Amino acid sequence: MSEILDARGLACPQPAMLARQALQKLGKGTLEVLVDSPTARENVSRLAKNAGWKVEVQQQPDGSVKLVLNK
Amino acid sequence: MSAISRFLTSRWGPVLTGAVVGILAPVLVKLGNPGNMGLCMVCFTRDIAGALGLHRAAVVQYIRPEIIGLFFGALIGALAFGEFKPRTGSAPMVRFLLGMFATFGALVFLGCPWRAYLRLAGGDWNAIFAILGLIAGIGIGIGFLKIGYSLGRNHPAPKAMGWVMPAVMLALLALLLLAPQFGRDASGNPTGPIFFSEKGPGSQHAPIIIAIIVGLVIGFFAQRSRFCTVGAIRDVILLRDSHLLNGILAFIILAFITNLILGQFHPGFANQPVAHTNALFNFGGMVLAGLAFTLAGGCPGRQLFLSGEGDGDAAMFVFGMIVGAGFSHNFSAAATPNGPSAFSALTVIVGLVVCIIIGFTMRERKA
Repeated sequence: MSEILDARGLACPQPAMLARQALQKLGKGTLEVLVDSPTARENVSRLAKNAGWKVEVQQQPDGSVKLVLNK
Repeated sequence: MSAISRFLTSRWGPVLTGAVVGILAPVLVKLGNPGNMGLCMVCFTRDIAGALGLHRAAVVQYIRPEIIGLFFGALIGALAFGEFKPRTGSAPMVRFLLGMFATFGALVFLGCPWRAYLRLAGGDWNAIFAILGLIAGIGIGIGFLKIGYSLGRNHPAPKAMGWVMPAVMLALLALLLLAPQFGRDASGNPTGPIFFSEKGPGSQHAPIIIAIIVGLVIGFFAQRSRFCTVGAIRDVILLRDSHLLNGILAFIILAFITNLILGQFHPGFANQPVAHTNALFNFGGMVLAGLAFTLAGGCPGRQLFLSGEGDGDAAMFVFGMIVGAGFSHNFSAAATPNGPSAFSALTVIVGLVVCIIIGFTMRERKA
């Protein structure tokens, strides 16, 4: 069971900030982050990759995006 | 087209955008804009407020075509890549207030972060105190973010709402081109409804068509690359991420080089264009502006570009800026090249108190 962070509808820098806190707390494993803006998607992906996490992008039916972060 | 977009969303996007801004802004000065004011989101919305008669400071009244171009450039970028998504509901009233107070602070310094960097690149060392103030204000905002500050989530809105801002910008364009005049008062002064400065900074401007084209180009680039003059500093401090900061460095370096080439680099503190030398007020004004921008999630340019993507909350921030500029001059809060005005200090203090209350009280409500 992976952790889920719902960052939909949040303004900068909250999606990236919350994802960073969650990744630091998690250490390793899987974190799923829901975002619904291209900026949040790019920021969370960049931050995760820079910290050594693998990023998988999954389009959701409602138009949002699920980022699956693995380490 | 999509190759350009891929490049702009890569790590080189903000750098390219910053370089384009750094070259084009000084060129706009060469073509007629006021000194070190090739682009200034706050000065330009202040000029628009004046042109609409929301304040009567006769030297700063003009409907700046750059703002219209920047908006439509961002709108085109968003539409072309499926990013035009009308949305709202994230504390719009608070965002309106933050737009007002950010403008109050910036007009005590006489420039937004964009112009602070441009003033620095033109040799106006007063900008150093403003940028230090900006960093301090952003730092305070980050403190609030770390203890849970949030304006809450936005929600999808009807498509029609996304077209309100384009309609407003088209109306501004029409008013710029038509400049309706209903007559003159007994002393022979125009009674409006549109006022254009006959002298002072408001009378200095590049040709309309060039200003619009420059705005369109920068607005498109900035929307694609998520360029933000406040996020650049915020992300370095908060996230240890220099993605946006690289764009600001490119911006300042290219503006410096372009100013040198065009003979517009004049180092010093005194006699700088549309600037005063009071370091305390340059610093303090930008502490307030930096805090308000950070609490709202981005610099004034970014708010304008987001409004072009259909973000109704960012549009409220922009409206707050226009109304705030009106109040700022009517209440003698805005500084002048002679220095701070009668109520500059009080305005900054009240603004800081309000923003600190917002920072402590705004939290996301759990359903």
